[in-house]
Formats: sequence, structure tokens, C-alpha cells
Amino acid sequence: MVRIRQVEEIIVDVYAQKTMRTPTHLSIGQEAVAVGVCSVLKRSDQVFASHRCHAAYLAKGGNLDAFFAELCGRVVGSNQGRAGSAHLSDAKIGVFTSPILGGMIPVALGAALSFQMDKKRHVAVCFLGDATIEEGVFAESLNFALLKKLPVLFVCENNLYSTHTHIKDRQPSSEIFQRVKTPELKTQQVDGNDVEAVYAVAEKSIELCRKGQGPVFLECLTYRFREHVGPLYDYDKGYRTKKEVEDWQKKCPILKYKKKLMKERVVEHEELGVIEARYKKEALVSYEKALKSPWSDPKTLTDWVY
Amino acid sequence: MVRKITYAQAISEATVQGMERNPHVFVMGLGVDDFKGIFHTTCDAYKRFGAKRVISTPASENAMTGVAIGAALNGKRPIFVHARNDFMFLALDQLINNAAKWKYNFSGQSSVPIVVRTIIGKGWGQGPTHSQSIQSLLTHIPGLFVAMPSDAYTAKGILLKSLEIDTPVILFEHRSLYDLQSDVPEEPYTVDFGKARIIRQGRDITIVALSFMVQEALKAAEVLSQEGIDVEIVDPLSLKPLDEKTLIESVKKTGRLVCVDTSWQSCSFASEVAATVAEKAFSFLKGPIRRITLPDCPAPVSKKLEDAFYPDYRTIVDACCESLGRSQRGKTTCEKEEAVFMGPY
Repeated sequence: MVRIRQVEEIIVDVYAQKTMRTPTHLSIGQEAVAVGVCSVLKRSDQVFASHRCHAAYLAKGGNLDAFFAELCGRVVGSNQGRAGSAHLSDAKIGVFTSPILGGMIPVALGAALSFQMDKKRHVAVCFLGDATIEEGVFAESLNFALLKKLPVLFVCENNLYSTHTHIKDRQPSSEIFQRVKTPELKTQQVDGNDVEAVYAVAEKSIELCRKGQGPVFLECLTYRFREHVGPLYDYDKGYRTKKEVEDWQKKCPILKYKKKLMKERVVEHEELGVIEARYKKEALVSYEKALKSPWSDPKTLTDWVY
Repeated sequence: MVRKITYAQAISEATVQGMERNPHVFVMGLGVDDFKGIFHTTCDAYKRFGAKRVISTPASENAMTGVAIGAALNGKRPIFVHARNDFMFLALDQLINNAAKWKYNFSGQSSVPIVVRTIIGKGWGQGPTHSQSIQSLLTHIPGLFVAMPSDAYTAKGILLKSLEIDTPVILFEHRSLYDLQSDVPEEPYTVDFGKARIIRQGRDITIVALSFMVQEALKAAEVLSQEGIDVEIVDPLSLKPLDEKTLIESVKKTGRLVCVDTSWQSCSFASEVAATVAEKAFSFLKGPIRRITLPDCPAPVSKKLEDAFYPDYRTIVDACCESLGRSQRGKTTCEKEEAVFMGPY
């Protein structure tokens, strides 16, 4: 979590330099969901995510240098500069993303179907936002996943907002896990800012999927601190209050976990500072390395279309 | 061995042979396992390989396209079948936003080789949402191969080819061709994308016709030959990639071009062919290019309206005569008057 936070804080710091020309949706404040879930996964499991995908990419084992190089449009980027932030992906570690809401849900199902056909015990995890359940493809996918008992874990990151529109203006109730619950579908709500709670629920759910008792749906309650897209705070824009942001910042998943670890004497305050500084440096070095790496070659513009 | 089989039988045979050759090939779609088996194109595969490889799906066109993509991502070779291409509008998000962009997004390191078979309806009052022909929409999108087999031979060969390549493929089949017989080798073979076929050689005028309209063009050629007009018919077969060279060479030879589409005119494939020839062989043209397309309205149901809606060989004859400065309107008849498909559905 600290590593992901430091990586994204570097993006915040340097975004104004215009070296990363890609619409960037920061996961700051939501790290515990991706980290809690991906910590349970094996390399052979696959992750399908949305535009807010940095945390999932890094938590699943994405290469940091390839990450920064991708955001900077360089040839050594994870996708050689063709994907940027919102389509960031890496087939080798099984991370696939799309900023089209619900775009990756059925693809996760297809992956799960292939695991089932080949009798592999892999799991497909699908991260989706609260707005994604408003898409028709979500209903279609839930139906098929249940029909075939697919090894899919749906992880709904409910951060209350679809761009700038609150869930109360989009859905009849904010209790998503209750609404999607059916006699066939196991659903659970969890504090998405409590990494150990997410891990525990994910571990149980993924085990069910591996045993052929999927799919499972988790709703993780969380909150993004920064604006929908970009590096800034936006509580002055009228759609949410500064107090709301600050209240959630008090529930920051990293802060929360730090307190717990210190209380339990697992780490000391100073050690945490060292860890943070180390990851900050790692991120900065990686970013600077990306800037020195070669651009994607315009001669390859129309390569790999067909 | 070469024997005559129908377009539907050829598709069925290609499916079975494709599944025999590669255990990762499977068929999916609504009703692929039922007694009709998509006009008997999936029945043999179901009998042979069963429900594990011929998977009936819920209607959910968009999600099921995504499922095909996710399975292809993991080494599978799904053939997804739509009984009518009109239902594919519901699948365009997955086809365009995911399938078409996948390989590019991964700089070639990952691809999703799905094959979508989809059928164009015509006649028997199928009306506005069961008779559309949406090939130009998908030909517009980079990242997809699009083909329209016009007979049993190409239907088999192009499907088998589709199962060998990494590019997502959309195959538009025409319901009116399903009972048309032609010579088809029993053994597996492939027909290439990006290669047009000269269906009939001629000197005076080039007709570029798609899918079912190749049959109408053949009838038109017969009528015109009685008038001493020697028609060349080119079937592009593959809309993307397009064999521009063959089309252009033909026009260079004849100096005249009639483009015959199965769909509407605006931004149509006929328009694309016309533009390509105008751009690259303008100085060889002896007169204006003509496009034969559907009238700019939805497909009607009433027989009388339907007859007025669809162009046929007579429309092609008229267009060719106009192009050649000959008067022919309303006089043409053809001995092969009966259409190959007589309904009902």
C-alpha cells in the first residue's frame, strides 16, 4: 500500500511537468482493496480492472519501470506507449484493464470459462466501480457467471462517485451488495479501507472460486481522495465538501493500518518512515529512468493492428 | 474430393473440421445446440463434440462477446454465432472497444482471435431489424477482419482460415445463400483474406458485388451478354483487408465500374470501392462510377414494399446499360428468375 501511495504521490508531484500525457485516475485512498485482494492471488490468476487501475497493476506484480515508462509514452512501457494509464496492462502477469465501464467484466468471465474448460484452478478477479453495476453488461455477466458457476471474484470498489455524481443520484440505495444478492450469489460487504479485512474476505472468496463454488461478489467501501481524473483535490468544485474528504482521509487505509501495526508493536514509527522514504525514492528513480528512455517509434504507428 | 454442397453444409463442414484440427476451437451462441442449429450449420458439430464444445449461451450479446474475448485471451478459439447480424449492435462495445484494439494495446504481445459468424436476412417480411447488413460499420474499425463469403466454396475456406489467424474476424453470411450449392472439396482448405475473386471475366464493364449480390450480378451478366455486353464480376470477399489491386486492375481494363452492395449507400462499402477506384484509377474511367445500394429507408415487411426495396439483377442491368450509354430500362428478363431462397424462415 505504501509503495502504491508513494508511486502515485510522485505522479501528483510531477503531473504539472506534462511528461505523462495520459488521463490519470489515481487510486490514492483506495489502495487497500487492490492490495488485500491481490495478496491472495497467484501469478497464474488474472485480474481485470477499470481506469482506476494503478493499484491493481502494482499489487498484482506489475513492473514499476514499465509502469512509469508507459505513462510517459516510452517504448519500454508495459504496452510500448499504446495504453497509457487507463488501459495499463500486462499479459505476462495477467492484468487487463479498460476505462469503458464494465468493459472487462465479461472478459474476466471468458478467462474464467477457459480455466474451467481446461480444468485449471485459476481465478479471474474483476475489479469494478460502483457505477459499473449500472451497466447492462454487469447484469448479463452476473447471469452467465452464475449459470456456469465460473471461478470469478467480483470486487466492487464503492467509492460513492461516478465521476462527480453521487451514488444516491444514480441508484435506489447505496447498499450494492444487498441489491445484487440472489439466492445463488454469495455477496459480502467489507470495509475497503481495512486491508486485513479485505484480505480475509478475499482469501475465503477465492478459495470458494477455486473449489468451483464461484462466483462471489464483494462490495468494498472506500473513497478516492483526489479528483476523478488528474492529480488535484477538487472539494472546491461543489459536488462534495472538504469535510467529507477530510473525514475519509481520517479513515485512510494506510493510516489505519499503520496505527494498528504500531499498536501491536509490529513496527515502530521510525521504521515506517524509512519504508516510505525508500518507496518514494524508488518511485522517483523509476520516473526519472522513464524520462531518459526512448520514445515509442512513430514508424511503428500502424504495427500490431491486425 | 470435390462435390456440390450447400453454403450451409460448407459452413457446418468447416466448423467440424476446424474443431477436429484444434481442440481449442469451440462454438458459442444462442441456440447453437438446438434442433435447428443456426439453420443447420452447428448441428453436426453438436452431434460430434457435444455441449462442452458447442455451448448455448444466454441472449446477452455484449457479455457473450466479452466471454469469447476472455477465452481467446487464454488460448481458446471461439466461434461466436449470431442468427442475425442486427443483434450484433448489442455486441459492438466488446467488438470495437476490446476485440479490435486488443493486439494494438499490447503491442502484439497478446491477441484475442475470436471468429464471429453472423447472418444477414432478406425477404419473407423479416422487416427493419432482421434484414440489416452492417458490414460497413465494422469494416470502418481498425483491428477487425471482415469478410462476406458469396458461395459454399468461400464460406468453408474463409471460416477455416479465420481459425488459423490471430486477428478477430467477422464473417457476414447471407441467409439467401444458405441453400446455394457449389463445388467444395471435402478435405480442409483455406481461402485467404485480402484476396478478391474474379467471378467472371469480361471486357466492357466491372461489377464489384458483395455476398448475395454476386448471384444477382451473375444473372445480370447473362442478360447483358445477350446484348453483347461483356461483364467482369469481381467479388472482394474480404472487405478488410481489401484487395485493392484486383479491383483497380479490373477497372483499368474495362474503364467502367458498378459497385453493388447489400446495404445502404452513405459511408457504405460500395462508396469505399468507388472512392478507392476514383483515387487510384481515375484516368482509366470512361464514365461515372455507379453504386447500387438499398434505398435510404428501413427494410419494410409488405411483399410489395419489399420488392420495391431490394435491388436485383435488373437494377444491375440498368446501371450497366446507363454506364455504357445504352437504353435497357424495364426490358430485361432472366431465365434464372427464381431466387435461390424461397422462404419461409
